[in-house]
Amino acid sequence: MRRSMLFLPGNTPNMIIHGDSLGADAIILDLEDAVAPDEKDAARILVRNALQYQDFGRCETIVRINGLDTSEWQLDLQTLCPLQPDFIMPPKVGSAEDILKIDHYLSQLETQLHLPPNAVGLIALLETALGIENAFAIASASSRVKALFLGGEDLTADLHCQRTAKGEEIRYARSRLVCAARAAGIDAYDTPFTDVNDDEGIWEDAQFARSLGFTGKAAISPRHVKAINQVFSPSEKEIAYAYEIMEVIQAAKEQGRGAVSLRGKMIDAPIVERAKQTIAMAQALQEIGGSNYV
Amino acid sequence: MGQIVKKATAGTMESSDAYIEISPGEEGEGLDIQLESVVYHQFGQAIRKVAEEVLQEFSIERAKVRIVDRGALDCVLRARMETAIRRGIEEE
Amino acid sequence: MSKVVASLQEAIRLCGLKDGMSISFHHHLRNGDYVLNMVMDEVSKLGIGELTINASSLFDVHLPLITHIQNRTVTKLCTDYVSAGIGRWISQGILQEPVEFRTHGGRPSDMLLGRTPVDIAFLAVPTSDTMGNCTGKVGKSACGSLGYAFPDAMCAKKVVVITDNLVDYPLQNWSIPETYVDYVVPVEAIGNPAGIVSGTTQITRDPVGLVMADLAAQVIRYSGLLKDGFSFQTGAGGASLAAAKFLKEIMVKEKIQGSFGLGGITGYLVEMLQAGCFQTLLDVQCFDLKAVESLRTNPRHQEISSIHYASPTAKSAVVDNLDVVILGATEIDVDFNVNVHTDSSGYLMGGSGGHSDTAAGAKLAMVIAPIVRARMPIVTDHVMCVSTPGRDIDVLVTEKGIAINPAQKQLKQRLSDAGLPVMDIAQLKQMAEKVTGIPRKVPRGDRVVANVIYRDGSLLDRVYNIP
Repeated sequence: MRRSMLFLPGNTPNMIIHGDSLGADAIILDLEDAVAPDEKDAARILVRNALQYQDFGRCETIVRINGLDTSEWQLDLQTLCPLQPDFIMPPKVGSAEDILKIDHYLSQLETQLHLPPNAVGLIALLETALGIENAFAIASASSRVKALFLGGEDLTADLHCQRTAKGEEIRYARSRLVCAARAAGIDAYDTPFTDVNDDEGIWEDAQFARSLGFTGKAAISPRHVKAINQVFSPSEKEIAYAYEIMEVIQAAKEQGRGAVSLRGKMIDAPIVERAKQTIAMAQALQEIGGSNYV
Repeated sequence: MGQIVKKATAGTMESSDAYIEISPGEEGEGLDIQLESVVYHQFGQAIRKVAEEVLQEFSIERAKVRIVDRGALDCVLRARMETAIRRGIEEE
Repeated sequence: MSKVVASLQEAIRLCGLKDGMSISFHHHLRNGDYVLNMVMDEVSKLGIGELTINASSLFDVHLPLITHIQNRTVTKLCTDYVSAGIGRWISQGILQEPVEFRTHGGRPSDMLLGRTPVDIAFLAVPTSDTMGNCTGKVGKSACGSLGYAFPDAMCAKKVVVITDNLVDYPLQNWSIPETYVDYVVPVEAIGNPAGIVSGTTQITRDPVGLVMADLAAQVIRYSGLLKDGFSFQTGAGGASLAAAKFLKEIMVKEKIQGSFGLGGITGYLVEMLQAGCFQTLLDVQCFDLKAVESLRTNPRHQEISSIHYASPTAKSAVVDNLDVVILGATEIDVDFNVNVHTDSSGYLMGGSGGHSDTAAGAKLAMVIAPIVRARMPIVTDHVMCVSTPGRDIDVLVTEKGIAINPAQKQLKQRLSDAGLPVMDIAQLKQMAEKVTGIPRKVPRGDRVVANVIYRDGSLLDRVYNIP
C-alpha cells in the first residue's frame, strides 16, 4: 500500500529520524534537489546510517539519487544499495537508455554485493518533456521499473509554462504518464501539490489525481499526507462493492458458470482484479487501525 | 593509520544534529575530544564512545575533535563524525 | 482630586516602603516589561533591602533582578513561572531562601487568604485615568487582559499604577477600578510592544508537532466531550495551536456549538469564536495582537481575573467547568506526573502557570509532547519535579501513540474503539529509549532552591540546586 510518499531532505536529521511518524506510507529520502552541492557526501552518509540503524516500521523507504548527469549517482547507489531501501528513485529520466544505464550499473553492484539479480527496484521520476513523451518506453525498459512518478515542477519549467495550483498545464502529462504506466503493468504516482499552506487545494488535487488513475501521490509537506491517504484509500462503498463481486464470482464458480454479472453489469477479469486489490488494501488499512494519521 | 591532514567540519547546530570540527592535532599527542552537549550529563559518555569508535574505524590516532551536540541520535552522530573525518583525510 | 504622582521614587516614598516588605508585579507585559526593572532600580537607589518579590511570572527581561538579589535588595521570590535565564541563576543557588512557586490559581488564593501578604503592588497598566481606573485594552503598550493583576490590586496594602497612557477622568471601559488604587505614576514607556504580545502566534511547522496536534484533535473528537456546550483551553505552544486549528475544522464541519474558550487567548481561539465554535471567550491573558483586538471590540470576548479563572478557594472558578485542556510537559512519568518546572538537566525554566489548576478542573486534561525531544525521552520513571500530580492528567498524546491514565477506563475504551493508537505509557517509554539509549541520571545538589506549592497551599515537591 503506497498512497502517500513524503519527500524528506536527506541532510536534515530532525526530519529523517521522525520519518516513520509522519503518517506517510513511504518516505523519499532525497539526496538530489533538497541537498546543497557541497553537502552531498554528508547527506549520503546520513541517509545510509538512518537506513542502517533506524526502524521505519511499516513505512517504506525510497532514496532519490542524484541525476545521471552528475558525478554523484554511482556513489549514491554504491553507498545505499547495501542497505536495501525499498526503491531507488532516479530523477530526470528521459529515455529507456537512461534506465538501461542504471540497470547495467545496478546489475554489477548486485553481483558485487551478493544481492539477488534485480533486487533493487526503481521508481522512475519523469520530469522533462522528453521523459513524458518516452513514458511507455521507460516503463517497459526493465523489469526493475516498478512505477512511474511525475515531477510537475521541473516539467513545467521544461515546458516553458507556469506551474499552477489547478494544474491545467500538466493535465496531458498526468494522463500520458498514467496511460504509459498502466500499459506497462506498473504503478503511477502523482507530483506533489506545492502550496504548503493551501489545506483545501490538496484535497482537490489529490482527488483529481485519483480520478485519472494514479496509484498514489507524493507530498513535500507532512501537512498534505493525511489528505492524500484519505483520498487514495478505498471508500466504504468501494469496499462493499468489491466484496460483493468476490461473492458473486465464488457463487458462479461453485455453480460452474462462466459468464458472471452483477446487477446487469458483466464482471470480467480486470474488474475482479480491481476488487481483489481493493479488498487487500482494505485489509491492510484495518491492520493499522483504519488510521490515517499514525 | 589514517591521517587528518586538514581542518574539516560537518553537521549543523540544528536540533537533533551535531556539529563536528576536526583538525590534525599536535605532534606527539593522541585524540583530543572536546564535547559540548545539551544532554551532556545524560549521554556525554555515550557520545564520546561513539566518536572514539568512528575515529578507530578510520584508524585515526591523532586528531583534535570538537563536538557540539544538539541531541543527535547515535546514527546521526556517527554520520557527522564520518563525514568530518572523510573530509579531513582527503588531500587537497 | 488626582492621584497622579510625579515620579516613581515619590510613589515608593509615599507608600512607605521599608526593609523586609513584600512587593508584587504582574506579567502581562511578558518579555517586554520595563516596570519591574524600573521599580527595582528606584528601590535599590533608596537603599531599601531584604525585600520579597511576588510576581505572577518572571521573564528574562527581568535578568537585572539578579544584581538586586546579589546586593540583597531582594532576598525572596514568589512566582508562578520563570524563564530559563532567571531559572538558571536560581538553580545555581543565588537565593538562600527557596523560591516559592505557586500556580496561577494558587497565587490569588493565597493572597486573598492572607498567606502571602503584599505591602505594595506595582501595576503596569497600558491606560489609566488620573484616579487609577485602568485597563490593558488600549494604549500604545496594550496587552489586552489584566487578569493576573486583579488579586494584587485587591490585596496589597498600597497600590501604585504605572502607565504610559494617562487619560482624563473617568476612563469608561476600565478593568481595575480606582477603588483599589493609591497612586498613579505616568512614565515614558511601560514596555516594549514587540516583547509584550506577539504580532501573531503561529501554529507549528514542525511535522511531528502537526501529527501530535492531529491526534490530539481526534482524542477530543472521540472523548465524548465534543458536543454542544463544549469548553476548551489550550496553550500558545505551536502544537497546541495546531490542535486548536484541527479542532476548529472538526467543530465547524460537525456544527458543534461550544460554550467557552478559556485561558491565555490567541488568535486561533478568536477565530474559533468568530466561526461560532464558542459563545464566549474568557480571557485571563492575551498572547497576540488578534486577541487584544478581539477583547477590545467583541463583547463576547470577556476579561476575567486570575481568581475567577482558577482560584481553588473562590466560591467557584471557570476551570471547574472546563471540559478539555491541552497542556505541555518537559517530562511525564509512568504515573502521569508532569514536570513543567525544570529542563531535563534539572535547571528551572518554567513553572506551573495554570497547568495544575486546569488539569485539576478539566474533565479531560491532555498532555501533548513528542516521545523524544533532543535525545531525551519524554516519559521517565520519575519526573525530576512534580508540577502537576498524575491523578489529574488523563491522556498523553505523542506522535507514536496515546497513553491513557489507567483510572480513565471508559475513555480508554472509547479511544480504542475509535481506532486511535492507544498504548501503555511504559510502552512509549521503551519506544523512546530504544532510539535514544537510556539516559544517565543527572547530578543533583542537596540544597532546596525552590518549593513547588500546590494550588491548595500544600507542598507538592522541591527543586534542588545544580552543583
